[in-house]
Amino acid sequence: MSTALDTTSATMRVLRFDRVQRAAHWVNALLFAVLIATAIPLYFGSFFGVVLARHPVEQLHLWVGIALPLPIIVSLVGPWGRQMRADVKRFNLWTREEIAWMRSAGRRPLVAEKFNPGQKLNAIFIAASILIMLVTGSMLKWFRFFSVSLREGATFVHDSLAAVIVVVIIGHLFMALTHRESLGSIFKGTVSEKWAGTYAPAWLSELRGRSEETTP
Amino acid sequence: MSDSPQRAPRTTSPVGRRVFLGLAALGAVGVAVGGQVQNFLSNAVGSGFGGALPFGDRFRIYSLTNTYPKISHSAFRLEVSGLVERPMTLTFDDLRAMPATTLTKTFQCVTGWKVPDVEWRGVQLSHILETVGVKPGGDYITFESYDGADRETLTIAQAHLPDVIVAYEMLGAPITRDHGGPVRLYVAPMFGYKSLKWLSAIRVVTELDPGFWEQNGYPVNAWVDGSTGNTNPRFGLD
Repeated sequence: MSTALDTTSATMRVLRFDRVQRAAHWVNALLFAVLIATAIPLYFGSFFGVVLARHPVEQLHLWVGIALPLPIIVSLVGPWGRQMRADVKRFNLWTREEIAWMRSAGRRPLVAEKFNPGQKLNAIFIAASILIMLVTGSMLKWFRFFSVSLREGATFVHDSLAAVIVVVIIGHLFMALTHRESLGSIFKGTVSEKWAGTYAPAWLSELRGRSEETTP
Repeated sequence: MSDSPQRAPRTTSPVGRRVFLGLAALGAVGVAVGGQVQNFLSNAVGSGFGGALPFGDRFRIYSLTNTYPKISHSAFRLEVSGLVERPMTLTFDDLRAMPATTLTKTFQCVTGWKVPDVEWRGVQLSHILETVGVKPGGDYITFESYDGADRETLTIAQAHLPDVIVAYEMLGAPITRDHGGPVRLYVAPMFGYKSLKWLSAIRVVTELDPGFWEQNGYPVNAWVDGSTGNTNPRFGLD
């Protein structure tokens, strides 16, 4: 049985994202890309009177939107979702040091776990956004069950949150492109031990502790 | 998981769950009060400037076709036909020569955006119907558009409401092409999709003929105040 820490490898690489997580990430990213690409002409086109075949674009936005929670849900359930579930637990549970680090806006030193508080917030934000966009989008699609005032509120939330999501994704892309090894792990799955020692030292010692237990 | 022997057990709290639930609650509050926030903002800034707000009161222009129909004022014709005594083809000038009505109302879209204080000028539909004379059995009206894609429907009773007009001016100027000019229907008491753009024909018919939006699940009776409470798209017209 292979462990997360492959001590026999000369390159000493550790698994950060397994196959299921990588697949979930990229399907999720693709769905977000389609949603943003269809939202832009729907939103700005309707303001500036740009003419487009609105109906097919609208239908694509609708169905991709409905499919949006699927990659995460599928990656969480079942026997293949073990590491995904473990990482969700990591996103959820924060140490006192992490809370203090976040409060100091990253100025306090922190011995980072697998994910630092900023990365955790990004994941939580995206998860909450998927829920909120799905609910408000559904309210606009199946509007009959809601008063005009609630529809106005749903439009308001859907539009404003869309803008925030775009900003957060731009930030996510910026961080990815400026941290090449981290970026590599969402393609290949692994990072070097050296990287883990710098960016996630607490995680590395956790893996070492575990591999000492499993490999005599 | 701090099962590592060299580290002391750490105290953790479920911050992730709290942030997630907090964001979800913020979203729910936004849905509950978003409409009022928007109203407050556009009142504070003044409705004229509402359009300058990032999520303010602006028209969102929808079209079913790839281009907006382009009809000059001189080429415009409005056919009024079907179950009528005197079928006619009206020109733009014919419409302008008829008694004019001005309405200033909030334009409300079914999906929840609106534009307050929009001034419309045009001819009451009831006046046109009286001019042509509706024959017995003419219970519905089908409106056709120059876009060739959309249609709209009203009952004969709805068509006689005083705030249902064939409009040729919007906000004190001729209706622009993107807003459905030169002539569009304006059904003030109903959601925006009933106000058919690029109006080309008014036909008095015996049976209801649902248009694009009605075929896609939007109610035929689209009262903004929901007064009929009727959600069946095909039946129960009053």
